[in-house]
Amino acid sequence: MGFLSLFSKQSPGVQVLPSGTVTVDRNNKILATTVSSACSEDVLQEIGDHVLTLFRQARKAQLPLSELTLHFSSLKITAKEMRGGAIIFLAPKHTFNAAS
Amino acid sequence: MESRHKVLIVDDDPAVLELYRDLLAQLPSKPEIFTTTSGSRALSMLKSEPFRLLLCDLKMPKMDGLQVLSIVRRSFPELRTVVMTAVHNEEFRSRAYALGVDLFWLKPDTQQNMEMFLQCVESLLGRDEESGFRGVQSKSLMDLIQMECLSQSSTVLRITRGSVNGRIWISSGELIDAETEGLRGEPAFRRILEWKSGTFENLPAENGRERTINKPANALLLEAAQAMDEIAAPETQSSEEAEVADHRKTVWRLASLTRAGADFVVSLPQEPQSKAEGWGTEATQELGVWMQQALEASNKLAHNLQAGSLTSLEGRSLDLRIVLLPEDDKTYLVGWPADGPSTQLAEKSKQLVSSWDS
Repeated sequence: MGFLSLFSKQSPGVQVLPSGTVTVDRNNKILATTVSSACSEDVLQEIGDHVLTLFRQARKAQLPLSELTLHFSSLKITAKEMRGGAIIFLAPKHTFNAAS
Repeated sequence: MESRHKVLIVDDDPAVLELYRDLLAQLPSKPEIFTTTSGSRALSMLKSEPFRLLLCDLKMPKMDGLQVLSIVRRSFPELRTVVMTAVHNEEFRSRAYALGVDLFWLKPDTQQNMEMFLQCVESLLGRDEESGFRGVQSKSLMDLIQMECLSQSSTVLRITRGSVNGRIWISSGELIDAETEGLRGEPAFRRILEWKSGTFENLPAENGRERTINKPANALLLEAAQAMDEIAAPETQSSEEAEVADHRKTVWRLASLTRAGADFVVSLPQEPQSKAEGWGTEATQELGVWMQQALEASNKLAHNLQAGSLTSLEGRSLDLRIVLLPEDDKTYLVGWPADGPSTQLAEKSKQLVSSWDS
């Protein structure tokens, strides 16, 4: 079947925003995720790292947050603190849910 | 040598005049006392030299006290006026106050009343000429409007300065309209705020008044205060004046917080090394540091995920909700009580900070 690969072309890819849920523990170890495997684990760990750091820094600023929501132009990240770890919801925004 | 204030007493009874002359001469400010038995003579005396205070009887032949006062209010708006009368009549009292008198006093009949009367007169003599709108209380017009807005009241403020008057409509603590000298809306409001002194009355609210002012009262007051400060001291603002202006801004911001129902606001300028400023919180610097960290983390995420810029960040703890808003030149963090309504918190925060630095 190698013959068919002659006709396949490498097309430039568009980075797809992660969508789904990630649960990380206090050490940013991914415990569970529903995000597509097309999204690399490094990306999820980076998100987890930033989220856990924000919770920790908020505590230092006398702001013990239990929930955080970051609204980007095309992505909404909601994180709920769970015993030092967090459950993170990733929801890309598109025309139909941009207001959410 | 400090000049003594001049006081004019008008009463058709010479014996009363003599009595009050002796009494007022004992005041600590030692005013110069002048007396006359007729309203018309009083008016000509007022024209000939500056008086600080007019004490006027109500019942007098030819020209009664209310007639004298109505002319005095138009011609000498700076003059303090006191009605002294033996007539216990509510209608006269309200008419006198409607004319803008400072004090309506039944002629004292006891020693205690007499002492109170003298204290009131002394207090009227002591007030600065340039400041204070006179009414039931002596407050600046800005304070007055702010108080009405803060107390969420609905009223029409009628402000009188000499022969000119203006009206300001306040509905449920919101400034909705103003009118004076053929102007309406914001221009009228600004014109009224330019008046240095006058009298005010609270009239009943008018339901259904068309709204012409949409800007928050605090923003308009702040603008007016800044304009006045600039006029008063175009370039050489002393440190004391700067401190007063600063204090005023702080008061307005805290009033804005209270009105909006927010707990605190922290603002962080974009420039590196700049310090955060906070209102309603004691943890300003700590929160400023967290704001900086949150911005950096968000920017990295936005860049790596290609998720676009951060429009807002919301957070909640047991007793607090927060909204972080990155604006053009500053980032704001607004704290709200957790038990309040959580809908449209970002919108409400944007509204609150929209006039923060105006």
